[in-house]
Amino acid sequence: MKKDITYIDNVDLNLDIDFTKKRKLDNRTLENIAKEVRKIVLKATTRAKSGHPGGSLSATDLLTYLYFEFLKHNPQNPKWALRDRFVLSKGHAAPALYAILALCKYFPVTDLNTLRQIGSHLQGHPDMNKTPGIDMTTGSLGHGIGAGVGMALGLRLSYNVDAPKVVVLLGDGEAQEGSVWEAFNTAAHYNLSNFCVILDNNNLQIDGRVDEIMNIYPMMERLKTFGFNTIEIDGHNFDQVRYALSLFDMVSNFEKYSLEEQKRVLNILEKHNFKPYRPTFILAKTIKGKGVSFMENEVKYHGKPLTEEDLKRALGELK
Amino acid sequence: MLKTSLREAYAKALIELGEKDKDIVVLDADLSSSTQTAKFKARFPERFFNIGIAETTMVNVAAGLATTGKKPFVSTFAMFGTGRAWEALRQSVCYPNLPVKLVCTHGGITVGEDGATHQACEDLAITRALPNMTVIVPCDDIETEEVIKKIYKLKTPVYVRLTREKFPRVFGKDGLLKELFNIDYDYSFEIGKAYKLKEGKDINLITCGLTTSQALLAAKELEEEGISASVIHLPTIKPINKESLLKALDPSKIILTIEEHSIIGGLGDAVLHALSDQDFKIYKHGIKDEFTISGKAWELVKYFKLDKDGIKEKVKKILKK
Repeated sequence: MKKDITYIDNVDLNLDIDFTKKRKLDNRTLENIAKEVRKIVLKATTRAKSGHPGGSLSATDLLTYLYFEFLKHNPQNPKWALRDRFVLSKGHAAPALYAILALCKYFPVTDLNTLRQIGSHLQGHPDMNKTPGIDMTTGSLGHGIGAGVGMALGLRLSYNVDAPKVVVLLGDGEAQEGSVWEAFNTAAHYNLSNFCVILDNNNLQIDGRVDEIMNIYPMMERLKTFGFNTIEIDGHNFDQVRYALSLFDMVSNFEKYSLEEQKRVLNILEKHNFKPYRPTFILAKTIKGKGVSFMENEVKYHGKPLTEEDLKRALGELK
Repeated sequence: MLKTSLREAYAKALIELGEKDKDIVVLDADLSSSTQTAKFKARFPERFFNIGIAETTMVNVAAGLATTGKKPFVSTFAMFGTGRAWEALRQSVCYPNLPVKLVCTHGGITVGEDGATHQACEDLAITRALPNMTVIVPCDDIETEEVIKKIYKLKTPVYVRLTREKFPRVFGKDGLLKELFNIDYDYSFEIGKAYKLKEGKDINLITCGLTTSQALLAAKELEEEGISASVIHLPTIKPINKESLLKALDPSKIILTIEEHSIIGGLGDAVLHALSDQDFKIYKHGIKDEFTISGKAWELVKYFKLDKDGIKEKVKKILKK
């Protein structure tokens, strides 16, 4: 195996985290993890000479928070029935998800050296049968969110108020697909309080700006009228991400609380116009290429990896 | 001739399965009274999900349900379930190889009056092209019930094509086999198996769905005219058990496939593919490469020469008699 600048060495975060339990990390730790993820994403895509670094970097902080602090999951038992589910509906951000799963120890970090190559378990887009930790096969936009709705329905049917949660990460360009709106409809219709969609809103798609190619806004108002709880945050600010997901957590667990607790929680929810028995929509404002100065808000890095020279510069910034 | 509803047999089997397995869930897209899944809803309302007129999402939701251990049956008209939702079927069901059972009614021209927009004549072609997919076309109510109960155990995707129109019963003591040929056929469904229903020396008719009963009727009359046709019922379009098919074929070396589907990509092409290394002369009969038309179901069957007279005409032409 070629050990050049693109080579991804084993990284041990030296964290002892029980991902099956409720937990809280400090923001500094999350930032360090996200930095490692970014380095891996850039090396892996440059090494593969293909892949989607821009959208991977915009989703990195969200994914880091979800896997390291929010979702209950189990790297020792990826198919654990009571795990929370995650669907990367914008499947092209796979390199970021793979990096995170590797850092959670679902598989060796060095596997990222094989990204997109023949024989690798790391396909161009997520494959639930090849990669441990992937809950749903995605890649063709507009389908993952519907599968997420089905997961939330199925889990609720099996576990009632104890149903695990389902989080879907949706691309903003992806919101142009009609099936996304069918899925929004369905989630609201079935009052899926254990279902949360996070919009990775970097406002860039392959051909340009989302609002110029085919406008999707105003997303907050649209989702509100669809019957979702909605909140807008900075998708790179861990405090804001944590807060938004804590609201979703309260909605999702609402039926488990005592009457006393429900009253307390309702007070918090009301401040944000959140209601129980509803799905949650988090509009996360993000920056495509986030973390590398010359990649930020540059549409050309949607589906184009860095040259080795640019990779060197980028890694310098991520030290 | 007893005509039976495949849709009703489907609903009956679903409810039976629903009784014994609480993981059975059913999804429909606003056609539950037509597909008959409304009967399942009436019995198990909490396990029935109407997704509205949103077939793509219905299939995606079914895939999600399957990942949580549920056993989803998905129903709508064949046109929309396989056509509109095809990409969801490919990306979310077949690629991840999830146990979603797509059971569509209103396949083929026997949809009748609604016309070409609703007559799915390509559904077998487009589902058969999907890796991991099994494709089955039952011919009567008895077979439909057997098929549903058997595929329910499969951990992979299946497409079953049913119809709006009632079809003559083929199997059982009041079926066509008994009525026409006094045959007590010992039938049980197996995936891939070819069923030789009637022996014959001059030509092998291979059929599925509607055309099985029509071929039996044709074979009976041909017999009286001195032509001996075998009838081989091949309900599984994919995967075909080649050995079973070769065993079922009579030695005439002439095959005519007959299907209520386009001649592109359906039963005929599946047989051609299975027997491509064999020494047979294979003719295909079905809907030509054209869009179909409105009309009463059985008038259309006659119009497209899929009834016994149309089949007889085709056989005589091939045998130059």
